[in-house]
Amino acid sequence: MPTATADLPEGALVEMRGITKLFGRTRANDQIDLTLRRGEVHALLGENGAGKSTLMNILYGRCLPAAGEIFIRGVKTIIDAPRTAIRCGIGMVHQHFLLVQAFTALENIILGREPLKRGRIDLRRAQAEVAELARRYGLAIDPQARIGDSSVAMRQKVEILKALYRKAEVLILDEPTAVLSPAEVDGLVEIVRELALQGKSVVLITHKLKEVMRVADVCTILRNGRRIATFPVAEASAAELAEKMIGHRLPVAPAAATAQRGPVTLRVEDLYVNNGSGVPAVRGLSLEVHAGEILGIVGVDGNGQSELVEAIAGLRRITSGRVVFRGRELTNKRPREIIESGLGLIPEDRQQSGLVLDLSVAENLVLKDFRKPPFSWRGLLDSRAISTFAREIIRSYDIRPSDEDIRAAALSGGNQQKIVLAREIARDPELLVAVQPTRGLDPGSAAEIHGLLAAHRNRGRAILLVSFDLDEAHYLADRIAVIFQGRIVGILESAAADNLEIGLLMSGGGAG
Amino acid sequence: MIRVVQVRRLFATRVDGGLISASVAIFLGLAFGALILKAAGIAPLAAYAVILKGAFGKPASVMYAIVKATPLIFTGLSIALAFRGGLFNIGAEGQFIVAALAAALTGYYLQLPAAVHVPVVFLIATAAAGLWGGIAGFLKARYGTHEVVSTIMLNWIALHLQNFVVMTTGFRKPDSEASFTIRESASITLLGEWKYSGPGQSWLQDHSVVQDLLRAPVNFGIVVAVAVALALHFILKKTTAGYTLRAIGFNRRAAAYGGIDVERGLVMTMVAAGAIAGAGGALHVMGVAKNIALLTSMEGYGFDGLAVALMGNASIAGCGVSALLLGALKYGGAKMQAVLGAPSEIIVIITGAIVFFVGIPRISRELLRARRARIGRNDA
Repeated sequence: MPTATADLPEGALVEMRGITKLFGRTRANDQIDLTLRRGEVHALLGENGAGKSTLMNILYGRCLPAAGEIFIRGVKTIIDAPRTAIRCGIGMVHQHFLLVQAFTALENIILGREPLKRGRIDLRRAQAEVAELARRYGLAIDPQARIGDSSVAMRQKVEILKALYRKAEVLILDEPTAVLSPAEVDGLVEIVRELALQGKSVVLITHKLKEVMRVADVCTILRNGRRIATFPVAEASAAELAEKMIGHRLPVAPAAATAQRGPVTLRVEDLYVNNGSGVPAVRGLSLEVHAGEILGIVGVDGNGQSELVEAIAGLRRITSGRVVFRGRELTNKRPREIIESGLGLIPEDRQQSGLVLDLSVAENLVLKDFRKPPFSWRGLLDSRAISTFAREIIRSYDIRPSDEDIRAAALSGGNQQKIVLAREIARDPELLVAVQPTRGLDPGSAAEIHGLLAAHRNRGRAILLVSFDLDEAHYLADRIAVIFQGRIVGILESAAADNLEIGLLMSGGGAG
Repeated sequence: MIRVVQVRRLFATRVDGGLISASVAIFLGLAFGALILKAAGIAPLAAYAVILKGAFGKPASVMYAIVKATPLIFTGLSIALAFRGGLFNIGAEGQFIVAALAAALTGYYLQLPAAVHVPVVFLIATAAAGLWGGIAGFLKARYGTHEVVSTIMLNWIALHLQNFVVMTTGFRKPDSEASFTIRESASITLLGEWKYSGPGQSWLQDHSVVQDLLRAPVNFGIVVAVAVALALHFILKKTTAGYTLRAIGFNRRAAAYGGIDVERGLVMTMVAAGAIAGAGGALHVMGVAKNIALLTSMEGYGFDGLAVALMGNASIAGCGVSALLLGALKYGGAKMQAVLGAPSEIIVIITGAIVFFVGIPRISRELLRARRARIGRNDA
């Protein structure tokens, strides 16, 4: 849909200008500019929720921006659907591959674009074309292998070939290394270089500094939906990238700790836990959390944080190692038993894991205790006792609107999080595990939640705080543990910790 | 997980919204049926008048409609309950069959006084169907086998199991393709023996209204159906078991995080759903059929139950009402053939159309939502 042309930087293949995208009240993208030149590997670097994927989903036509323009080869284009993007020569390889399991690699590549001969698929021609593409870009695949039987790296190559077969000039790779082994990453790096060498432009969505340094020519850093900087990678160091990604932050004075650090509440010893695909995500992790302290775990998402938390809570099998809670072995015990022995959990995703959105506020507040008096007797719920308790909690935690009977889905994110927090803190757990407790909340709600967590610590309880936000970790935690590739690679006293040092540890750039 | 969420969205979230859209859907379904009748050269209004008169014209026909509706209440409730627990129970058909088989066997072989025989037959048959449902629940919880697949397969296993048992010498009634009938002590037909006896016949001659009412195989099934519906309503709202089931149904993940044993919950939900569908099968044998016959295909109680649960928006009361509606349509529709020569399959088309129209507002809502999400709700 060409409507206007514009003056473009030389060699620009894609030019995005002033892209803004709103999700509710959150600005996922705020006035972002991005220029993509021919033959360039452009890294899009940023923390989770920085707006990288949103920006690329806009370029790929998966969603429409609220404001902003896109120029393809100098022509203003409205990309309203992925098929428009494909027509413009844009291809995207998603983090979760979109392949038909029962089809062969070849069938997947040509799906929807089958060459025909007298109304029938000309498999011979298809195979020749795909083989030629594969040879040209060094993408070795077995075209007859069923996708369901293929390795992840192979599927990724098939996805890339699929895009190339559709004549993509721009290839967007969304977190392409998240699923690969180190050797497979090496292979991918070579493929990306070869693609660029032959004039294709590659956008690499990532939060891994090393990859950027290794393969990208240009890097654009996003933070909180804004573009922070764009510069040639050759001119930057890993430390600079880390600082720009996380933000130049002054250390904040930690919330006053009035409690003495007490005995060890939680001890994790040499823990190994697999992720959903059976790959070890936690690899020999050990840590201790004391009563009366907040231990902050910081790190880039995907380094084993969620697996660690789920393993502690009994929701994921521990393959080896131990979890000892107040001297009691809790390795691979049932979640209920772990909860009863004094673990509170504020999960990362309140809407998926913390709350049953379709149940009422009151019902959510008793999710962990509905089996016990006074909320039930011999299997019969006491709705009056539940309501009384809920009204009390709603009042003391100032949850709005103050109506215990409405569905939890009807509340704002901040108030939903308060339900989770109130439920967990009201149970007065010996150990509270809080994952990203202020994610997506406005500063006011975040401050309230920080206050509640600090108060819990000051009552002499232990808190394990998992955060991607260094400021938050600094502000709340007494000690900071950096997690990288399933291990703790450094523990620092929060007061003495320096953001730069943490940033380097987080990206595997530390001595460990 | 995702598939379950999508299935859930086929049901409206709020009961009031469901009531309106169900009424509209029923109207549209009847209108669509009228078009089909017209195309077949039959006057639609006349046909509907026949159905109405057929189902409600005489006390006997009302009774027949209720008798027709009773098993559908059970299978509908079974599917609705499973659905509330986040499961799609396509297996109500097989659970119904298993209970019918167990009821026929225990009703024929056991010799007990009626006061004991009836509850024993009922409980054994219901338990058998509960186990049958539990198999699918166990496969789901332990191996992740999708319940839609396993229950469909269990339906066929149940059907062929029944056929095998029916044709076994000793149970098969000679020179027939059916089993022996159950003993009178296991029957729950109202005044079943008496109404054909000498004194009964002569008394009924003098009381024509009662005689008319008793012409249908009136039985205690409907009473049990209402009791089960009330009990389910109470259990869902007021017990920890109901809370567990609803929490799992809405969000398995959050339930697990809250310390609920989701796997156990899934098994228990399927056991309960199986038992409810089975109660329908048991009462059908004890009150109406009295025996079981060789089945060449599924009888469709379970599948009609799906329609009932969809029309009733998976609510307890909704299932009751839509089962009665479907029962009336089925019984009244059969008259159409006799009076107008119209194929009674029209009723199947109408039912299908109603279910289709029940789905439409929800599907279009989903499409709208998807579109809105793509464009983004921009405050600017």
